[in-house]
Amino acid sequence: MTNFPILSLLTFIPLIGAGFILTIRGETEVVNRNARYVALWTSMAVFLLSLLIWFNFDTTTAEFQFVEHAAWMPEFNISYHMGVDGISMLFVLLATLLTPICVIASWESITERVKEYMISFLILETIMIGMFAALDLIVFYIFFEAVLIPMYLIIGVWGGPRRVYAAIKFFLYTLLGSVLMLLAMLAMYADAGTTDITTLLTHSFPPGMQTWLWLAFFASFAVKVPMWPVHTWLPDAHVEAPTGGSVILAGVLLKFGGYGFLRFSLPMFPIATADFTPLIYTLSIIAIVYTSLVALAQEDMKKLIAYSSVAHMGFVTIGTFTLTVQGVEGAIYQMLSHGVVSAALFLIVGVVYDRTHSRQIVDYGGLVHRMPRYSLVFMVFMLASVGLPGTGGFIGEFLVLVGAFKVSSWLAAFAATGVILGAVYMLYLYRRVVFGELTKESLLKITDLSRREILMFAPLIVLVFWMGIYPVSFLDVMHVSVGNLIDQVVSAQEAAGIQVMGR
Amino acid sequence: MIATAVFLPLLGAVLTGFLAFSDVDGDKDKQARVFLTAQWLTCGSLVISAILAILIFMDVALGGNPQTVELFTWISSGTLDVSWALKVDTLTAVMLIVVTVVSAMVHIYSIGYMSHDPDVPRFMAYLSLFTFFMLMLVTANNLIQMFFGWEGVGLASYLLIGFWYKKPSANAAAIKAFLVNRVGDFGFALGIFTVYVMFDSVSLDTIFAAAPDKAADTIQVFGGEFHALTVACLLLFVGAMGKSAQLGLHTWLPDAMEGPTPVSALIHAATMVTAGVFMVARLSPLFEYSDTALTVVTLVGGSTAIFAATIACTQNDIKRVIAYSTCSQLGYMFFALGVSAYSAGIFHLMTHGFFKALLFLGAGSVIHAMSDEQDMRKMGGIGKHIKVTYVLMLVGSWALVGLPPFSGYYSKDIILEAAWGAHTGIGTYAFWMGISAAFLTAFYSWRLLILTFHGESRANETVLAHVHESPKIMLIPLLVLAIGAMGAGYVGYESFVGGRAAEFWGSSILILETHQALEAAHHAPLWVKYLPLVVGLAGIALAYVFYMLIPGLPGLLVARIRPIYTFVYNKWYVDELYDFLFVRPAFYLGRNLWKTGDGTLIDGVGPDALAAVTLNIARRAARLQTGYLYHYTLAMLVGVVALISMYILAGG
Repeated sequence: MTNFPILSLLTFIPLIGAGFILTIRGETEVVNRNARYVALWTSMAVFLLSLLIWFNFDTTTAEFQFVEHAAWMPEFNISYHMGVDGISMLFVLLATLLTPICVIASWESITERVKEYMISFLILETIMIGMFAALDLIVFYIFFEAVLIPMYLIIGVWGGPRRVYAAIKFFLYTLLGSVLMLLAMLAMYADAGTTDITTLLTHSFPPGMQTWLWLAFFASFAVKVPMWPVHTWLPDAHVEAPTGGSVILAGVLLKFGGYGFLRFSLPMFPIATADFTPLIYTLSIIAIVYTSLVALAQEDMKKLIAYSSVAHMGFVTIGTFTLTVQGVEGAIYQMLSHGVVSAALFLIVGVVYDRTHSRQIVDYGGLVHRMPRYSLVFMVFMLASVGLPGTGGFIGEFLVLVGAFKVSSWLAAFAATGVILGAVYMLYLYRRVVFGELTKESLLKITDLSRREILMFAPLIVLVFWMGIYPVSFLDVMHVSVGNLIDQVVSAQEAAGIQVMGR
Repeated sequence: MIATAVFLPLLGAVLTGFLAFSDVDGDKDKQARVFLTAQWLTCGSLVISAILAILIFMDVALGGNPQTVELFTWISSGTLDVSWALKVDTLTAVMLIVVTVVSAMVHIYSIGYMSHDPDVPRFMAYLSLFTFFMLMLVTANNLIQMFFGWEGVGLASYLLIGFWYKKPSANAAAIKAFLVNRVGDFGFALGIFTVYVMFDSVSLDTIFAAAPDKAADTIQVFGGEFHALTVACLLLFVGAMGKSAQLGLHTWLPDAMEGPTPVSALIHAATMVTAGVFMVARLSPLFEYSDTALTVVTLVGGSTAIFAATIACTQNDIKRVIAYSTCSQLGYMFFALGVSAYSAGIFHLMTHGFFKALLFLGAGSVIHAMSDEQDMRKMGGIGKHIKVTYVLMLVGSWALVGLPPFSGYYSKDIILEAAWGAHTGIGTYAFWMGISAAFLTAFYSWRLLILTFHGESRANETVLAHVHESPKIMLIPLLVLAIGAMGAGYVGYESFVGGRAAEFWGSSILILETHQALEAAHHAPLWVKYLPLVVGLAGIALAYVFYMLIPGLPGLLVARIRPIYTFVYNKWYVDELYDFLFVRPAFYLGRNLWKTGDGTLIDGVGPDALAAVTLNIARRAARLQTGYLYHYTLAMLVGVVALISMYILAGG
C-alpha cells in the first residue's frame, strides 16, 4: 500500500469527474441527468476508496500515513506533500461521506444549471480532501482558500433571495482572516526556511513571534469555526445556501477552523497558545450561551440550526484548548458528530423546503400527521443534537466537558448550561414544526419521505447511533495522535516555564 | 439471563416501533391485526422479562450471588474507560422486580385502556423503550451508563407525556419535563466529573473501594476548597432531585399527568421518579462519608413531603392529587436515605411502587368509566357502579395512608421511626414533617375517595349513564398490584429492614458504624410507633367530617383562610416564579441578543459598516473619474512626485 498514491487519488478523482461533466453535451434534460449520475458515481467511488484508508490505518503510530512526497518548487523548499494522521483521517472520511449525500439531496431540488452545480460540488470535494490531507503550508493554503470559490458560487448562484448579500458577507469575513494567515505563513517560511508541515511541527518559533503568528492564524480559524463575535456570516450563508451547500458548509467547512487549531496553533505556537487560552475560553462560553439564546428566538429553521452550530462549535474550541486527552478527543469527536448531525438537520429542513418553499417555523405545525417517517428521522437527529446518550452528540460533548472540568469547574459549568439551552431550542423547534394539529392549508397534501430521501438519511442514522453506542471505533483512531500532540504542546509549555491550568 | 431480561424490552420496542409505521389504509381488520401483534410482542417480552427478573432476584438477592455481565467497551479516552455492563446485586435485583412487574402490569392494562386509541403500536413501543432504559439505569455498573439510562427514561417520559401530540398542553408538559430534568442532569453530569477527577474512574466498584481513603480529601472547585465527596454527592443529588421531582425541581411532575394514565402509573409513580432514590441508595458508599450531603438530602426530603402534601389537599383533578402525593411520598424516601436508612427508603420505594401504580391505574379506571372526566368536582357516588375499582382504590389508599396490615404501614412507619432514631436535629425535623404529612396524606386520600365514590353524583346524565366497570384486561393487572400493595410490606419487612436485612442487602448498601438510625428505629418508644397511625386515623376522620358529615365546612374554612388557600391551591406559585425568573428572560435575551447584539452591534460595526464604507469610497472614486484627460494627468503627476519624494527622503 505504501506506494499507492491513495490520497492524491481521493483528492483528484472528483476533479476528473468534474472535468467529465464539463464534456457532457446535448439536450438539457439529458445533460442534467447525466451530470447527476456522474457526480453520484464519482463521489460514491471516492467514498468507497476512502474506506481503504480507514481499513489500512495504523492506529498505533502518531506518524503521518499514506504519505506522498513530490518535489514542486525545490529551490524554495516547497513540495507537494500529502498524508493523514489520527486527527485528520476521519475528517477526510467525513468529507467523502457527505458529498454523495449532498448529490442525492440535490437530485430533484436543483433544476437550474445542474451541470455547473454538480461540478461545483465535485471541485468542493477535491478541495476539502486536499485541505485535510495537505502536509505543506502552501498546498494547505491553496486548498484552504480555494474552498471559498465554489462555496461562494453555490450560495451566489443557487441560493435564496438575499444570496448576494450572504455570499459577499461570507467572502469578506473569510477573506479578511486568510490575508493575515498568508502573511503569517510567509513569516514562518522566513523563520524556518521551509513550508513543510512535518518539519514545522518540530520547529520552535521564538515566543514573541509566536504571539503574532498565533493571532494571524486565529483571525482565519476563528472566522471559519465560527467563534463569537465573527459568527454572523454563518446564519446568513446558511439561510441563503441551497440544501447541499448548507450540508457541506455545516458538515465539513466549519471543521476547517477546528482542524486548523489542532494542526497549527497548538503544536506550532504552544507558548502563545498558553497565553491565549483564557481568551478562547471566554469567547467559547459567550458563543455557547449567547448563540443558544439567540437560537431560541429564531423564526427561520435554518437560522436556528445555524446558530446551534455556533454553540456546538463552542464546545469544540473549549475542548481543543483544554489540552487534556478527553478535551481534545472530545473536540474532534464533537466535530465529527456535528458534521453528521448538523448535515442531517439541514437535510431535514431541505426536505420540507422542497415541498413548501418555506423555512419559516410558523408555516409548519402538525407534520407528524402526514409525515410520520420524517418525524421519526427528525426526532433522531434532534435528540442527537441535544446530546442524548446513545447518540453521537453525547460522546463529544461529554468528553469536552470532562476535559473542561479538569481545567476549571466554572468552565465546565458554564459550558454545560449549553446542554440545557440546546435542549430548549431544539425541543421547542420540534414541537412547533412536528407536533400539534395539522391545520395549515399548504401542508394538507404534504407527502412523507420518498425512497430517495430515506436512502439519504439511512447512512446518517446508522452512523449517529454507531457513534453513540460504540464510539471506540472512532476514538481508537485518535488516541495516539492526540496523545502525541498533547505531549508535544505541554512539554514545550513546561520548557518555557508556563504553569498550565489544571495540571 | 440478565442480558435477556434487560434487552427483551428493547427488542419488543424496536419491532413494535416498526409496526407503528405499517400502512393499514383504513383497513379495520388489518389494523386490528397490527395492534394485536404489537400488544403481544411488547406484553410478551415484558412478562418474560418479569419472570426472568424474579429468577434473578432469587439467585442474586436470596442466593447471595451478585454478578456483573460485561458487554463491550463504550467510551475510552485517556484514563476514562467505560464499558457497557450489567451489574446486579440485591439492590438492583429489587429494582428489577419492581420495574419489570409493574411495567408488565401496565403493559397489559394498556391493552384495555388504549383500546380506542389509533396509535396503539407507538404507545406500546414507547412503554417498552422506557422499560429498557429503566433497566439500563438500575443495572449500570458505572456512572455514565447510569446517566445513559437516566436521560433515556427522560426521553421516554417526554415521548409519553406528549403522546397525544395534538394537545398543546401535552406538548408543553412534555417539554417541561424534559427540560426540568435536564437541569437536574446538569448537576448529575458535574457530579460525574467530580467523581472522575477524584477517583480517575467512574466505575462503581472502583470508586466504592477507594471512597474510604478519599473520605477526607478536599477538592478545588468553584473558586473554593471544599470537601470533595460532599461536592460530588451534592451535585449528583441535584440530578436525583430533578428525576424524583423534589422541592424546586418538582414542577414538571404534576404537569406530566397530561400523558395517558398508564404512563402516570408506570413512569411518574412507580419507577422513573424513584430513580433518584435508587441513585442515592446505590451511591451510599459515597454519601455515607458526607454528613453535609446527607443532611441536605434529609432536609429536601422532609420539606418536599410536607410541601407536596399541602398542595395535594387542594387539587381537584384526581390525577394531580395522586401526582402530588407521589411527590410527597418520594420526600419520605429521601429523608429515609438522608438518615442512612437506605434500606427503609428502598423498602418504601417498592411498596409505594405497588400501591401508587394501583392508585393511578384505579384512577385510570375511574376516568375510563367517567368518559375521560378527571375533575373530582364532577364525580361522586359512582362507588356503587364500579365496585371492583372502588375496592381496589380503597386498598391502594389504605396502603398509602399506612394503616395496618397493608404495605405502607410497614414501610412508612419504619421511615418515620428511623428519622426519629437518627437523634439529630435534621432527623427530628424530618420526623415531624413526616408526621404532619402523614396526617395530610390520610386527609387527601380519603377526600379523594369520598369525592369520587361517595355521596350524590355531580356528573351530568350522559356521563352517568355510561359509567361502567372496566374490562377484565384492565382489572387483572390491578388485582396483581393490589396483592403487592397488601402483602409486600408484611412479606418484605424482615428481609428489607428487619432482622435479616444485613444478610439480605449484602454489600450493596453501605452504612457506617456511626449512622445507626435504622437500628435505633427498632427501639423507638411506643408513641413514635403509634403516632403515624393516630394522625392517619385523624386525617381520615377529618375527611369524613369535611366531605360527608358537614359538606359546607370546607367552603367556610376556605373563606376564612382565603389567602393561604389560594397560595397553596396555586401550588405556591413556583411555576409563576420560574416563568418570571427563567422562561421570559431567556426569550427576551434571545430576541435582543439577536436583533441588537448580532444585528446592530456586530454586523453594524463589522461587515455592514465595512460594506458601507467600501461603497462610499467607491462612489467617491467614481466621482473622480471625470473623463477629462488633464485630471488624470494631474493625478499621475502628483503620484509620481510623491513617489520620488519618498525615495529621496528614505534614501537620504
